[in-house]
Amino acid sequence: MGVLDSKVPSGPLADKWTKHKNEINLVNPANKRNIDIIVVGTGLAGGSAAATLAELGYNVKTFCYQDSPRRAHSIAAQGGVNAAKNYQGDGDSVYRLFYDTVKGGDYRSREANVHRLAEVSTSIIDQCVAQGVPFAREYGGLLDNRSFGGVLVSRTFYAKGQTGQQLLLGAYAAMNRQIQRGKIKSHTRHEMLDLVLVDGKARGIIARNLVTGEIERHSAHAVVLATGGYGNLFFLSTYCMGANVMAAWKAHKRGAHFANPCFTQIHPTCIPVSGDHQSKLTLMSESLRNDGRIWVPKKLEDAQAIREGKLKPTELAEEDRDYYLERRYPAFGNLVPRDVASRAAKERCDAGYGVNKTGEAVYLDFDAAIMRYGREKALTSGMKNPDDNTVRKLGEEVVEAKYGNLFQMYEKIVDQNPYKTPMMIYPAVHYTMGGLWVDYNLMTSIPGCYAAGEANFSDHGANRLGASALMQGLADGYFVLPYTIGDYLSDDIRTGPISTETQEFEEAEKNVKERIEKLLSAKGQHSVDYYHKKLGKIMWNKCGMARNAKELQEAMDEIAELRQDFWENVKVTGSADAKNQELEKAGRVADFLELGELFAKDAFERNESCGGHFREEYQTPEGEALRDDKNYTFVSAWEYMGDPRKAKLHKEKLNYENIEVKTRSYK
Amino acid sequence: MKIYLKIWRQKSAATKGSMVQYTLDGVESDMSFLEMLDVLNEDLINKGEEPVEFDHDCREGICGTCSLMINGRPHGPDSRITVCQLHMRSFSDGDTIVIEPWRAKAFPVIKDLIVDRTAFDRIQQAGGYISVNTSGRPVDANAIPIEKDAADASFNAATCIGCGACVAACKNASAMLFTSAKVSQFALLPQGQVEAADRVLNMVRQMDLEGFGNCTNTGACEVECPKGISLENIARMNREYLAASVKG
Repeated sequence: MGVLDSKVPSGPLADKWTKHKNEINLVNPANKRNIDIIVVGTGLAGGSAAATLAELGYNVKTFCYQDSPRRAHSIAAQGGVNAAKNYQGDGDSVYRLFYDTVKGGDYRSREANVHRLAEVSTSIIDQCVAQGVPFAREYGGLLDNRSFGGVLVSRTFYAKGQTGQQLLLGAYAAMNRQIQRGKIKSHTRHEMLDLVLVDGKARGIIARNLVTGEIERHSAHAVVLATGGYGNLFFLSTYCMGANVMAAWKAHKRGAHFANPCFTQIHPTCIPVSGDHQSKLTLMSESLRNDGRIWVPKKLEDAQAIREGKLKPTELAEEDRDYYLERRYPAFGNLVPRDVASRAAKERCDAGYGVNKTGEAVYLDFDAAIMRYGREKALTSGMKNPDDNTVRKLGEEVVEAKYGNLFQMYEKIVDQNPYKTPMMIYPAVHYTMGGLWVDYNLMTSIPGCYAAGEANFSDHGANRLGASALMQGLADGYFVLPYTIGDYLSDDIRTGPISTETQEFEEAEKNVKERIEKLLSAKGQHSVDYYHKKLGKIMWNKCGMARNAKELQEAMDEIAELRQDFWENVKVTGSADAKNQELEKAGRVADFLELGELFAKDAFERNESCGGHFREEYQTPEGEALRDDKNYTFVSAWEYMGDPRKAKLHKEKLNYENIEVKTRSYK
Repeated sequence: MKIYLKIWRQKSAATKGSMVQYTLDGVESDMSFLEMLDVLNEDLINKGEEPVEFDHDCREGICGTCSLMINGRPHGPDSRITVCQLHMRSFSDGDTIVIEPWRAKAFPVIKDLIVDRTAFDRIQQAGGYISVNTSGRPVDANAIPIEKDAADASFNAATCIGCGACVAACKNASAMLFTSAKVSQFALLPQGQVEAADRVLNMVRQMDLEGFGNCTNTGACEVECPKGISLENIARMNREYLAASVKG
């Protein structure tokens, strides 16, 4: 078992980042022109990193599988982006954002990284406004904020329910400016299939042009992976269809440690599964929990009547409803963190109170908010004694202005009007806190290979708070990586261009081609989706919201078996030298079939409950997660040893010098 | 439901395509349109045939990847949604559904229903940004108050997802709605003023170079836009363009 060096700078917490920036090596502008950087993935983290690195003068090559950087799945983030601006004067501060994030992560994240994140959060908002990102504003012309789960202040900046879209378009615009200047060479519809190491350093990638099928070699002095999370391991998730772990997994196989793979976020408010044909799940933003109240019927017979369609939720009297989050967690109510809200929904549904056909749904009700807003609007409009219908109408208008696109999205999918009847929601896989292990500089355990955004593990511990993914992606890309990468590259000013005509590239290309050949030549019994769905079922049932040792052990065996079956019997149509979506999917699922086993192993070995990782053996009498700080205050970083089951554990001990580690309570 | 499909199949940009008919049984009304195509593809794969390739990614109406012409309408019969948000409850048992890729000179077909929309990226690269470098010490975000109405109007223009339905809907394959949405987003904000003239001139020039047609104000783009981008943006771009041209 090895010990990992996180390279966190010395000194007081609040001074670490400034001190580090002052002390690391810089590359002079003339030399930057001689240095190439590959950025894989062009969402918020990759797009902002690519733009900033190109502004600084480096030659950047970007790669994404989408047809345009603007389509990366950061675009689907709805609710907002956190920043410790304290514009609302409600007591927010850098420390408080830092504290909330560490606590929200259930004390399994690295203090110094989280503090840096909180520090640069304010610059993100300044930067985005300067770029022309149209955030929501108040009538006075200043920026508006709202609140998110797990915190007691309003620090979330937003653009209706499309914050991710607007921030991504900002980063995309910044990229476009550099593409136009010739400083970024953008490769769209390309997928990274391997990482190339020369003398132990990351020096390039092998990529496949997804249109022509051509296998290409690309070299650089450093490689940044900003390729997002691996939630599609579960088949059904709120991720986009193409999201995959390929780049990160290939780096892992080349020596990058994979940290905390079992830390997965199951988001409480998603549209429930409707049938076997389902291909993905849709999130309803957490911001809805600002105004929506979550409930199930108090009586089992009412729940049954609702499931059978004999009773409508609107017919149920107030006293017959169980607002279980408000009941269990009076201090935070409906705004408890995601892991807590998800488990509470599962608990009620498992107990038989679910409200849709499958019994796996709870209500998210806007009626109270509509009436409250309506009354306020009536007053400010000078109406003296408005009747209920007028109040309702005014209230619906206010709610529409806040969440209109989400309500429309819901109605299109479910065919019910959420203004008139409560939404039905259920938890779904949404984000992965785990990812490539990185040090304070965001470098993985491979020199010269960096990981940013959701692809790394660093900031969210065992549970991410709402509106913090956008914050982290942009912090890494705009404000952290561009500084820290210079420290490494300062050694490369005399290296000169990296040749792709070397044995290392030759070998990597050969491996990639052989793998494609192998996928296409399997005997052909079942489609790629067949295997992906099977894997997803194992993951959801045995490695999902609640886990136990016995089932995790079973999951490991079942996944290993499924992987063997896949390689013998998968049917991949088409050829390698053309556009071939089945081949693309096959490569991704093959990686998931390895990662899944490591995921289960990681969950099996972590004998405690923390954040999104809930082990049934470790809970309080009230059913809350029970951490074991004495034995598990560390990051599990796994080293690839061939078989996922044989991965070697390295521990990074987590030290909390500035925060008192407590049992998380939202009561 | 039983559905009859007529789908455009084309092996590559270089080869000729044609409509191919398929019959699909057991379609459920709460399937999404793309899930219906998933079922078709699963059938085709099991028969050893090549599945139909189509672009899609987020499947929640925001990434702008999906791009199907359904019975002659971009994104199908419902309004204000993308194909991925369309559900089979919009169709009836026995319906025939014709599925084609976007048709425009500037959007060449890559394979089957997938087209190349990089022309849109190049229009954005020509000026769809504000020239500001990343810096840890820019002006405080609240230093410039922006009137809520202007901020909201800018946001509305910025919600364009770049799917290309406007081009596909237009008889001239014009990209005016797309280009004007980006021009408007910045024209409505104080931060966008400095480069306003160059931006509109450069973006319009690139749009023309890409081979998009002219705008004849039929308004088909606005009707089919899944995000409801308004024709007002085209008027605003024309005004900006005129002002910039006069300014020289």
